[in-house]
Amino acid sequence: MSDIKLELDKRKTKLEKKMQNIMAGYYIDAKMARQNNKKVAWITSGGPVEPLLAMDVIAVYPENHGAMIGASKMGVDLCEKAEAMGYSSDLCSYARADIACCTVNGGPIGGLPEPDMLVCCNNICGSVMKWYEVQARHFKVPLFIYDTPVCHTDYTPEMKRYVEAQTREYFQFLEHETGRKMDIDRLKEIGKNSVEGAQLWQETLDTTMSRPSPMTAFDAFFHLALIVTLRGTPQTLEYYRELRDLMKERSQAGIGAVPKETYRLLWDNLPIWHRMKWLSDKFAEHGACLVADTYTSAWCGIKRELNRDDVIASAAEGYTYSYLNLGTDKMAELVLTMVDKYQVDGIVMHSNRSCRPYSFGQYDLQKIVEREKGIPSLMIEADMVDDRSFSESQVATRIEAFIEMLRQRKGA
Amino acid sequence: MKHLEEFRQVVNQSFGYARQLKKDSGKKIVGYVCSYTPEEVILAAGAHPLRILGTKETIHLADSHLQSYCCSLVRGILEEGLSGRVDFLDGMVFPHTCDSVQRLSDIWRMNIPFGFHLDLILPVKLDTLSAQHYMVDVLQKFRTDLGRALQVDITDEALKKAIRTTNAIRQSIRAIYELRSRNPRLMTGTDLYTLVRASMIMDRDRLNILLAETVAELKVKADREKEDTSLKRIILAGGICNHPDIYPMIENAGGAVVWDDFCTGARYFTELIDEGAEPIARIAGRLINRVVCPAKHIDLDGRARHIIRLVKEKNARGVIFLLLKFCDPHAFDYPDIKKSMDEAGIPVMLLEIDDPIPAEGQLKTRFEAFLEML
Repeated sequence: MSDIKLELDKRKTKLEKKMQNIMAGYYIDAKMARQNNKKVAWITSGGPVEPLLAMDVIAVYPENHGAMIGASKMGVDLCEKAEAMGYSSDLCSYARADIACCTVNGGPIGGLPEPDMLVCCNNICGSVMKWYEVQARHFKVPLFIYDTPVCHTDYTPEMKRYVEAQTREYFQFLEHETGRKMDIDRLKEIGKNSVEGAQLWQETLDTTMSRPSPMTAFDAFFHLALIVTLRGTPQTLEYYRELRDLMKERSQAGIGAVPKETYRLLWDNLPIWHRMKWLSDKFAEHGACLVADTYTSAWCGIKRELNRDDVIASAAEGYTYSYLNLGTDKMAELVLTMVDKYQVDGIVMHSNRSCRPYSFGQYDLQKIVEREKGIPSLMIEADMVDDRSFSESQVATRIEAFIEMLRQRKGA
Repeated sequence: MKHLEEFRQVVNQSFGYARQLKKDSGKKIVGYVCSYTPEEVILAAGAHPLRILGTKETIHLADSHLQSYCCSLVRGILEEGLSGRVDFLDGMVFPHTCDSVQRLSDIWRMNIPFGFHLDLILPVKLDTLSAQHYMVDVLQKFRTDLGRALQVDITDEALKKAIRTTNAIRQSIRAIYELRSRNPRLMTGTDLYTLVRASMIMDRDRLNILLAETVAELKVKADREKEDTSLKRIILAGGICNHPDIYPMIENAGGAVVWDDFCTGARYFTELIDEGAEPIARIAGRLINRVVCPAKHIDLDGRARHIIRLVKEKNARGVIFLLLKFCDPHAFDYPDIKKSMDEAGIPVMLLEIDDPIPAEGQLKTRFEAFLEML
């Protein structure tokens, strides 16, 4: 048993190294874009990237950059710089960090390569539009806004017409910016890869249905980078195939991510990037495994629709009917499904100061889960990048109290 | 001002007023949360539009639905709903505005038992043809949805009549703003606030008459009174202003607010609606052409240009930004607007407001310091 574990752990480390290499290569390519006569587009995490890839435009994600800034604990410094520029400390910390980074080329990779164009899809929030407006003024480059009306209850025929029209406008915008014609067949191929990548990602996440779970949400936060930044590429497919197989083997061998898995928990909202290891250890120390999360699974749902033959209609619907663009009750339904699917004992909610559309509604979500599934939840007040208000001792106490409650319920 | 007392009563007792109006006229009352709500469609349905703006009461209930980092406007609106103080409403309309209002709509729908609930998912960008088509589409849908909820057929004729009413109201408020801009001594800032706030609450036909008479009254007064050139002319800018106490503080420090860029002020009455055929398309036209809210996108520097133009037009000496804490769209715009103001040589003061606003003494000192500098 321990021999298998040793071997599988080794493969896991190797895979993590591979991810770091792919990401490093990706950022080097992006930084070399000018020398290679390639255009760079900045795009939001939930935005339609497939058309960019089809046009050989390098897609760069300021949000992924924000996560790296947070994980490398460089967030506070950059957020403070943004505040000195006049940006309120109540604004999204991804935005603050990114806006400040542009003026000083700071952060863990010395800033992002300058954009030739900006593509902003508001299916995750309204802040991205304001953030991209700031960047459009700063870099004096064209901004394309892909406006996805909120589906509180429905994706209506009016929305469908509007978003489909924008998909065509988006192609025209890219044709204008690159001086080349959109290759629809290539786009379909990339779309197919995107769907397959999302499918593989879902299968990877689903390995956590077994007990003990072979991976945690903290692993998922780490392995997510490719489905965000390089979805639609063959290397992403290859990576996730390997990851899925590894996790399957781990689960078959009965190797859990957390020693003596006792409690299975679900994470809600973005990660707290600056305390990943700390939180991971904190939960593991009590035998609590975060088996699933609402954040990384958002990249599975979005792409479900992309499989259809009509690229324009399926992209429009897929990108509009996405997790954060739904009503709070629809989001709660998805959470309830996850509670059953991954058999969780409790929910950990990150009440994230930076993200209003994700966080407002969490109190209602908490009550719904409690009512419908009878499971408790823990609310952690934090911020994904800015750790100035994060108190380790306070959070640790709350985690311990929560675990104690779970223990008593299990005993009962 | 002859009608001031009536306006004051309406503002002080807004819900009591609306309850009474419902009882007396039998009109359905439709609440709304954003100045992009097409009041004309509500009026054309024979109903009464009522803008809900935060609350003056203590928050007891909304805190168990919204975290501490939510703005007081959204929290206050939810409190009015949860407390039942607005249970006379026959329905609520939530235009898509910002992330916080988006979730307010969900939380309201999931928790408030009374009245129908309508989302009006307007386009966020306004500068493309497809967005303009969508604006028309979505207003047509709103007309159908509202008609169904109120069980009435909203006719073109009724829409045209409603457009004539709101156009007349907007023209009167604009006329009052302009008279007062020429001579700020004509009425205090608080009184102007009261009048504009009342116009979002009162029966619109009654309002129309009162406003027309007020314009006439002020015109006579304007001819008689001499202009006061000693005042330091100021423009206020931001999202909403529901703090009438701010005006006397500025006035006592030697300033006069001569115009504003609030959605509870000038943005509410700018742009009239064409009174021609296809009224829904005309209403859409106004929503696209009116002074923009930063939660929407029409261009990259239009708001800065608008405020600078106002300063020149109104011969103002400075701008005070009143930004509601946790209002993301305004907070994102501010640094670049400030830069444009600096380049144009316009002094700017930033005041972040929350509910309750800072102590009077503290604010007074800040206003005095700013006005002194001008």
